[in-house]
Amino acid sequence: MTNEYKELTLQGLWRNNPAIVQLLGLCPLLAVSGTVVNALGLGIATTLVLLGSNITVSLVRNIVPNEIRIPIFVMVIASFVTVIELLMHAFTFGLYQVLGIFIPLIVTNCAIIGRAEAYASKHSVKFAAYDGLMMGTGFTLILVLLGAIREILGLGTLFSGAELLLGNWASDLTIVVYQTDANFLLAILPPGAFLGLGFIIAAKNIIDQVIKDRTQVKDKKVVQRARVTGTDI
Amino acid sequence: MNNTVLRNGLILGGFALVTTSIIALTFSFTAQRIEAAKERQLLTTLNQVVAPSMHDNELHTDCIEVQANELLGNKPQRVYRSRQGDTNTALIIETTAPNGYSGAIDLVVAIDLQNTVLAARVVNHKETPGLGDKIELRVSDWILSFSDVVYDEQRDDRWGVKKDGGQFDQFTGATITPRAVVEAIKNAAIYGQNNIQTLFALPANCKTDSSKIIAVASAKGMPSD
Repeated sequence: MTNEYKELTLQGLWRNNPAIVQLLGLCPLLAVSGTVVNALGLGIATTLVLLGSNITVSLVRNIVPNEIRIPIFVMVIASFVTVIELLMHAFTFGLYQVLGIFIPLIVTNCAIIGRAEAYASKHSVKFAAYDGLMMGTGFTLILVLLGAIREILGLGTLFSGAELLLGNWASDLTIVVYQTDANFLLAILPPGAFLGLGFIIAAKNIIDQVIKDRTQVKDKKVVQRARVTGTDI
Repeated sequence: MNNTVLRNGLILGGFALVTTSIIALTFSFTAQRIEAAKERQLLTTLNQVVAPSMHDNELHTDCIEVQANELLGNKPQRVYRSRQGDTNTALIIETTAPNGYSGAIDLVVAIDLQNTVLAARVVNHKETPGLGDKIELRVSDWILSFSDVVYDEQRDDRWGVKKDGGQFDQFTGATITPRAVVEAIKNAAIYGQNNIQTLFALPANCKTDSSKIIAVASAKGMPSD
């Protein structure tokens, strides 16, 4: 059982990361990752929706006939998104205005219906919930990473606008990394999002390659040693 | 066969009922808070251009809807009236500069009874981040150069960017944006001056919600897409 959790963690955060492996939900990912705070806000909202929809879909998986499962999943997801939108509108008004259209667009994030269909509809509630949490976290991490890269390059700050998410006390959280009059515009503009995501995917592929090479080397060594011991005997 | 269809239909209907009622519940629970948050936001913006000490009326409700295509852009705009007791003190005029670098720029401009522009703020825009977005107070204090500036018809040529012989700075690499803003503020001032008595006299006729001033934060940190 612990194995299943470990596997889900690994899948969600790395091997099957919705943002850099499945490449799902790119519309909000690319549009809202201009600053860390925006990215975090959308990431949290997406994670909540994923968690809620996975739990619900898993709960009802035995009473939902196969032929009408997709419209039901869509209904569940849409209502979760609407509820979260209303809550954000009421409790984090500033952030709601910044994220604006991208909150309703969570509905169209294929990662969510993808997880409902591929995982939650076939597994028990606790695994489905954990899967939703991990997939959401994986998505959020990439979103925040991209947001950080773009914010540092483009604005020279980190956590600017944190008060929108956390309340007024957080306005001191903003870190000025460097001061500049001529911002690196490309990073803030949409092309910067595509380039940034491309570099992140490239980095992931390099890391995967390195890990693969290392394990192969280890395998070879094991094989060689086996042969050596073999001749010894 | 018919039975399956019926059963599936009922299940779908059941789900629709449950999900809709959850949304309805959340809505009724949050509606008041959302309304209050919008009102707060509107008041904050209005108080930025007209000091709270200048009025004792409910600014956000004392408002009329006007349309002046030439001077305020091609859509209905709102005018908020600031009064101190029975004395009229200032007008806050919503206006739109239609000729920004990437589309319309929404502004609020406050003018007093002596033809003075008290202050102006950009409410909503899509200008290029890093260049044109210096019209936002969050990015640059350029917009503060419109605090307490008198508009005088005789010196109309002063209301322009320096490049055009006026008194307001343009930005390095962006002239179109400040030019549009200067023009829009000037036109709002002219509109206010020409109609000042009527604007104060009309009965308030707009609801507080759906004002675009509420969108004041929407330009923050958003890429122009």
